[in-house]
Formats: sequence, structure tokens, C-alpha cells
Amino acid sequence: MHPFGRHGDVSALEMGAVAARAALADAGLKWTDIQYAIGGSFEVDNPDAVVAFLGLTGIDFNNVYNGCATAGTALSLGVQAIRSGRYDRILVLGMDKHPTGAFTADPTGYACPAWYGEMGYFLTTKFFGEKINRYMHDYDISAETLARVAAKNYANGALNENAFRRQPLSVEQIMESRMVNYPLTQYMFCSPDEGAAAVVLCRAEDARTYSPEPVWVRSVEVRTRRYGAFEVHSPAVPVERVPAPTTDVAVAAFEAASVAPGDIDIAQLQDTDAGAEIIHMAEVGLCQDGEQERLVAEGATSIGGRLPINTDGGLIANGEPIGASGLRQIHELTLQLQGRAGERQVPGTPRVGLAHLYGAPGTSAVTIVSR
Amino acid sequence: MAKRSIADGLFTWPLPEPPTKPALIGARCSLCGAVTFPQAPGCPRCGETQMEAFDLPTQGTLYTWTTQEFLPKLPYAGLETLENFTPWAVGYVQLADLIRVEGRLYDVDPTDLDFEMPFEVVVRPFTSDEDGTEVYTFGFAPVVERG
Repeated sequence: MHPFGRHGDVSALEMGAVAARAALADAGLKWTDIQYAIGGSFEVDNPDAVVAFLGLTGIDFNNVYNGCATAGTALSLGVQAIRSGRYDRILVLGMDKHPTGAFTADPTGYACPAWYGEMGYFLTTKFFGEKINRYMHDYDISAETLARVAAKNYANGALNENAFRRQPLSVEQIMESRMVNYPLTQYMFCSPDEGAAAVVLCRAEDARTYSPEPVWVRSVEVRTRRYGAFEVHSPAVPVERVPAPTTDVAVAAFEAASVAPGDIDIAQLQDTDAGAEIIHMAEVGLCQDGEQERLVAEGATSIGGRLPINTDGGLIANGEPIGASGLRQIHELTLQLQGRAGERQVPGTPRVGLAHLYGAPGTSAVTIVSR
Repeated sequence: MAKRSIADGLFTWPLPEPPTKPALIGARCSLCGAVTFPQAPGCPRCGETQMEAFDLPTQGTLYTWTTQEFLPKLPYAGLETLENFTPWAVGYVQLADLIRVEGRLYDVDPTDLDFEMPFEVVVRPFTSDEDGTEVYTFGFAPVVERG
């Protein structure tokens, strides 16, 4: 990994090279050993340009972008390439360097009419406020629970040397910070930032060559929204509801991995805001709708709890360099499953981990790994 | 002063004479019955392309909302500045059992909002073009009981 945060004049590609070298070193590999690479980014047109820093070896190198699920897509393509037998050693890399402030884009590029942006509606933060407000009403979730989720993630970030925000914040400080989109306050949101992360993939039978304790990819799935899901950037939604893409993709990932939600020992969920972590806990299948109020109050999702979530601080403490964000989750799960997470190590060394991404316009990815 | 709608085919335009109220214009799939707003060339449920325009109900109830407490970046076309921006409410209003449409919530203090509160479609001036043409858009306002 290259730490997430703000890094002055350091370019996204330079951060990408740092992350790539760190992942290669961890696997005892050199760049010249890599046969295929996949690079994910929002801001960098051609992540493959990182070869200028790593070495011009002439390999097959694809670039991907799939919103906030970019890293899930990159990982999925890498896993497919291993499974197909085409390549044995692959580098999956993500990098980004975003300007400050909420993301903005041309609505017509998201199948939204131009007027939707002109009227000020093309804002992800606004949608998250609308979705969690209804969810809190339907399932009796309190504003304190939103703040407790954010406080947990800042506390975890304080233990993570690669995190952007390392200052613990109290529930009171979070609740009293500036309202952004009711009921979500400033400190309940993540920020776009800068950073890079990378993962080396190899064939399962070769894994012990590169690591004494390899982490196995059990499944990676990506899904888009179906008709009736209540998702971001929607001028209107049907009254009939179907499960969110996060639920669809989690069901598919559990099935492909032959793992049940109850088998998950640790999870990294897309916490674009504190409400998103709460909703995603249920959408992924780790709890029932409404159980979050009690689970969060009990500390079940803290590092010492029975279902630790966002142990490295999640997006709230790390910010979101889009291309790298999901690979940060895999990096964290790898450290935790290998027992190398230091001060923030989950007790008992977890065996099965889940990583989840969600982004506009309703795309989700879930990866399940085990040791 | 010249006036225009923010987009064609979005709501009744030119505005009808009171007491007739403006309606949002949706589309219904002739094959599966799915309803869209705004009108769409294809059906989001079945993928077919036999969509027919129709006026959506003009009243409904509030499904959910949030407040917009910061000035949106471009392409926002509102006339406020960082100095004079005041937060507004925006939410989804469910029109009968047909569809939930997102829009600005006018004439209401955000702290007074509640789930299932009755709202009706309104068309209001929103911004103006460089030549002074007033640009109208749609939103929702609480239904006023007439006694």
C-alpha cells in the first residue's frame, strides 16, 4: 500500500508504483515475474503508465474503471485470468488522486437527465441522507448509532499508520459537527483523497511458494442494480422494491465461496458514510434490518467484538481514492487473516473475511477470502 | 418576461390556468406496465420500447427526504452564492402507488417534515438564463387543506 491521505506533488502513478513494489516484496517477487496486470483508477486515464516506474517489460496490462466498485472489478478480472489458466502471476493495482470536496460529474454519463444536475440533485451525499433517513424510520436506528459507527472507524484509523484521519473523535463531536445532508453530519462522511494499493494473485497450488500463510480468494462477484432497487442518482424509483445490488452480489459471493454469512469473522464494508455501513451490514447479510442499533451499542462491530467491521478505519478514516479503496480492504483482510495487523489485530486471528464495495449508479462488489 | 421550462416533456408547459394544476409527465410501458419519470425511451423493467407518456397524479406522500446544507458544485444552475446559500429540503414523494419522484420540497421548514406527509406537485421559477429568461422547474409543496 501507499498510505491514503494528501500527498502534495506525488502523482497517482508514483503512489501506484510504491504500492506495487510493496505487494511484490511481500510475495518475494520482482516486477519482471509478473505476466499480467490490471490497473484501476478514476482520475488516471492510463494506470498502465506505471510501467514507466516499474519497468517496461511489455506485459499485457488492462485498465478498468467501475465507479466505487473499481477495485472489485479489477480483482474479479484478475481472478478470472488465473482461473482461465492464461496467467499464473498477476498484479492488481489501484490508484487515485482526487481534488477536495464531494465528487461531481456529468449526470448524462450516468443515464441521468442534464436537469437533474442543474437542479442540484446529482450528489451522492444527498442520496445517502435520503436512504438512511427512511431506513432509520423503518428500523428504529438512532442518530447516536450513526455517530457510534463513525467514532469506531476513527478509533480504528488511529491504529492504522496508513490511514488519512488518525485523530479519534467522540460520539458528541461527530453529532455536533456541521450538518451536511440530514441526518448525516460532516464527520459521518468519508472524503475523496489520494493513495494506492496492490495485490499479487497466483494459482492456488503455487501460493505457498510465495507466502508461508497465503490468503485464498474464495469468490469475487460484481452486480448492478435491478428494477426496484433504491439506489443513488435516481430521479424516480418504483414503489415495488427488490433487494439492493449489495444483497444480490453478497448472495452470489457466498454461494460461489460455499460460505455462509455466519462464517464471516471480519468484514470491510463500503462506509461512504456512517449510514452506509449500517445499511450494508444488513444488505450483505451479516445481520437483520434493525439489529444494527443493538450490535453497534454492544460494540459487536469493534475490533474486540464478535463481528469486527472496518478494522483499518474504513473509508471514513482512510478516505476514498476510488481505484485503490477496495484493494485497501483486501490488504487489511490479508494482514488480519495472517495475524500481522499489529495494534488493531482482531483477537483469535480471523479465518474468513468479506470485503464489500458500493458505488454509483448502483454497482456493488463482494470478495470473500479465507486462510 | 420570457419563460421556459428547465426541460421539455417534464411537466405541463406552458403552465395551465388555475385552478388546473400542473402535472409531471411520466411514461408507462404498454407491455409490462412499469412507470418511469421522466419519460424514458425503454422500459427499465422489461427492456421493451413501447412507452406511452401520461400525466402522473399531482398529489402524493413523502417517502423520505434530506436537507441540502452546502452549495452544490456545477452543473448546479441555482443562482445562490456561497455567501447567500440557505439549506433546502429535497425528497421522494410517492404518487399514488405508481412511482416515487425526487424533488425540492418548497414552503416547508425542514424540521417540520415527516414521513407520509401529503405533498403536491408545484412548478416554480428556479434560475434565469443570461438573456433574462426565467427558467421554471418542478418540486413539491405541502397540500394545503381548504376549509
